[in-house]
Amino acid sequence: MSQTPPNSLSPANSFRPISMAQKILGMRVLWPLLALALLLAYNAIFTPGFFNVTVVGDRLYGSLIDVLSNGTIVAVLAIGMTLVIATGGVDLSVGSTMAIGSALAAMLVIPPTMTPNVVSGLGWNFWPSVIIACSAAGLIGLFNGFLIAVVRIQPIIATLIVMVAGRGVAQMITGPFKPDVKASALYMAMGNGYFLLLPLGVAIVVVVFGLCAASTRLTGLGLALETVGDSPSAARYAGLRVKLITVSAYVFSAICAAIAGLIDASKTSAADPINSGIGMELYAIFAVVVGGTALTGGRFTLVGSIIGALLYQALNTTLLSTKIAGHDIKPAYLPLPIAIVIIMVSLLQSVKFREALLKPFASKRRAG
Amino acid sequence: MPTDSTILQAAGIHKRFTGVNALDDVSFTLRRGEIHALMGENGAGKSTLIKVITGVYPRDGGTVTLDGEPIYPRSPKDADDAGIRTVYQEVNLVPYLTVAENLLIGRFPKVGGFICWGKVRAMGREAMQRLGINIDVSRPTNSYSIAIQQMVAIARAVMTDDRRVATKVLVLDEPTSSLDAAEVDQLFLVMQRLREQGVGIIFVTHFMDQVYRISDRITVLRNGRFVGEYLKRDLPRLELVSRMMGRNIEEVAAMNQYRPATSASSAKTGGGIEVKGLAKAGKVGATSFPIRPGEAVGLAGLLGSGRTETARLIYGIDRADAGTLTLDGEEISPTSPRKMILAGFGMTPEDRKIDGIVPNLSVRENMVLGLQSRHGLLKKISTRQQYAIANEYIKKLNIKTPHADQPIKNLSGGNQQKVLLARWLVTKPRLLILDEPTRGIDVGAKAEIEKLVGELCQQGMSVLFISSELEEVVRTCARVVVLRDRKQVGVLEGNDVEIAGIMKTIAMHEPNAAEAGTR
Repeated sequence: MSQTPPNSLSPANSFRPISMAQKILGMRVLWPLLALALLLAYNAIFTPGFFNVTVVGDRLYGSLIDVLSNGTIVAVLAIGMTLVIATGGVDLSVGSTMAIGSALAAMLVIPPTMTPNVVSGLGWNFWPSVIIACSAAGLIGLFNGFLIAVVRIQPIIATLIVMVAGRGVAQMITGPFKPDVKASALYMAMGNGYFLLLPLGVAIVVVVFGLCAASTRLTGLGLALETVGDSPSAARYAGLRVKLITVSAYVFSAICAAIAGLIDASKTSAADPINSGIGMELYAIFAVVVGGTALTGGRFTLVGSIIGALLYQALNTTLLSTKIAGHDIKPAYLPLPIAIVIIMVSLLQSVKFREALLKPFASKRRAG
Repeated sequence: MPTDSTILQAAGIHKRFTGVNALDDVSFTLRRGEIHALMGENGAGKSTLIKVITGVYPRDGGTVTLDGEPIYPRSPKDADDAGIRTVYQEVNLVPYLTVAENLLIGRFPKVGGFICWGKVRAMGREAMQRLGINIDVSRPTNSYSIAIQQMVAIARAVMTDDRRVATKVLVLDEPTSSLDAAEVDQLFLVMQRLREQGVGIIFVTHFMDQVYRISDRITVLRNGRFVGEYLKRDLPRLELVSRMMGRNIEEVAAMNQYRPATSASSAKTGGGIEVKGLAKAGKVGATSFPIRPGEAVGLAGLLGSGRTETARLIYGIDRADAGTLTLDGEEISPTSPRKMILAGFGMTPEDRKIDGIVPNLSVRENMVLGLQSRHGLLKKISTRQQYAIANEYIKKLNIKTPHADQPIKNLSGGNQQKVLLARWLVTKPRLLILDEPTRGIDVGAKAEIEKLVGELCQQGMSVLFISSELEEVVRTCARVVVLRDRKQVGVLEGNDVEIAGIMKTIAMHEPNAAEAGTR
């Protein structure tokens, strides 16, 4: 007993609660939050006026507001993607589902016309159109879920099929057109309106997030999703309806995608079946993974995914306003620096990597 | 204590994992040509010590010397290069390759850049012969029994050539857990042969009989600490158990004397569960037996006799294609685990790691999972309730965990099993199916689980108990259903429940099987 080094614990207190510092270091959202804070600090120093926010009429203006506004699409996608990734899957079809949802809603709200070479819709009201678009997306999610949970195709393949086929479906809906959504004021408000001084998209994110958080964390659904993702077999032995839970995650993700599609089409005032949502699935996955939900499934954090989405958007905005040797960075080059950030944040989330990083300091401390 | 014959000396070893001291000032000394058993309950630190010695984990303190030279293996390869070889519980061979290929993989003898297959076979044969085993090394590895595969793994571990130093230390981690008695004998011959060749063998096992049969010396660990090193002859069994458990001898003796109440006294008349000819083609033939309230029913039989298959049918994991189940006279067909859980069933599966624990979730979440799924997912068990449940059962079942939020994967096997038991106890089930609940866990936890089963039965719960250890079945169960070759061959009750009776029942049908074989 007397030879025991003073820093080692006796068995009695070796089973003690985790310390505050360990608790904070163990928080999943810590690292993306830190990255976001660093990025904002960088902007505070190097981007003049980044934090300037002014009120003009019913809305706020400023770079920060732009980040929020542009970040809404990835944020909404990321909320749905979080649940899918929690089940141990992935949804590559969200970009195509965005296109389908926005195109379908557009075709429903656009008034009918006999004029040749002009898109002719059904002239419905906005709300029923949105409900139909979201339901159609829900069916896509159901199909994804069916392929994955029942046919047992790997998620990446199943949703890849839907991703490719979905583009075709979107173009079948619009025909040769890129339907203009200016006809519906409510549709246009999705991406351009304001609510309580903030972009309406932010309110949409808040509502989707709130609904999702409440329905997963105030019920047993969150635990069930994490169980299914961590160990589907154990979930079954514990009496969970694994297939139903898996399918509902994909349905929810697809509905989120339709909402993101509406915002996207609204921002560009047209539902573009070919370009809407291209590559968005990857940014949504980025937001989720950087936010602290592992691709292997299990534990998920919705807050982390929102932070991940903001990090992605802030990075984009920052890089676009940064000049290197007097030159702007071309938007086409953005993926490279973003990739570097993904790697850094992902590594920092790994306990092993952090231990390796801190090792030189740790051993010195012990020696001293 | 180091002497001339010492090969490996680990002194003052410390290893910490987040929040837990896995090894605290642990010492271990291995001599040339000895079989040294490393004993301890789950969580004692056996595997951690092995992993420190073999370079899987870096140590946080202490020294390891091999042949007097200090070593610091940073990877299993480092340890291997120094002459420390390990054979793990799960055989790490490529099943479809031949024995010779498995033995020489990565170091095939080449002539002019081409593999010389004749030499591969010759070297493979020689390596097996060194262990006293003559087999055709050109046959696929998976055509041999697990025991032979284990020997192949050992042969591969101890093989040497000009680039590989001779084996000084051989670590055998639970090598006998999937072997039958004859195969264990075969393995022991190999171990003795290696001992004669001067190899120091570290033997990790839960089987006490085997320790006393083969080992020369025993080191006991408890709670990450060194308890002592003993010559086998100086350490009677009961004393070993008490050292491992940290309890005094009288207590251990009392535990061993625990006997289940007989069916006559504990089983309430009438009611209960009746299994009526549940069967599934290709899995298990019809089984029929009652499970009365307050009764523990055992399923006994050899490996592959259909015990787990029967349990899976009763729990609804597999769907029976014949037969049914009645609950207090009412028929219920087990079509899904969910349905059976709602009817008051619970099961801790045989493969704890795959089917039981949800590894990354906390002890608390793992515990409330059964209750939550029984309540339905919409009615969340409040966080406060969850902590109350977790803390209650951590205390009640004596689960060793720093706190309720520890991921269950960080617990030792026995403690994981207790959490899984708690998962169902929380739901107050009427039937608890325990499939090999004591496999791979230590003596102390075993005794605790057996005792718990007895207490549950006294409270009126029913238990379906599956175990390969007949002693355990006999100690625990009031009624034993005997299975053989995926068929029910008998039911023993009351005083007939004893090992000889069960074995006789299994053997009774031997002639029939032989007949079937000759046809």
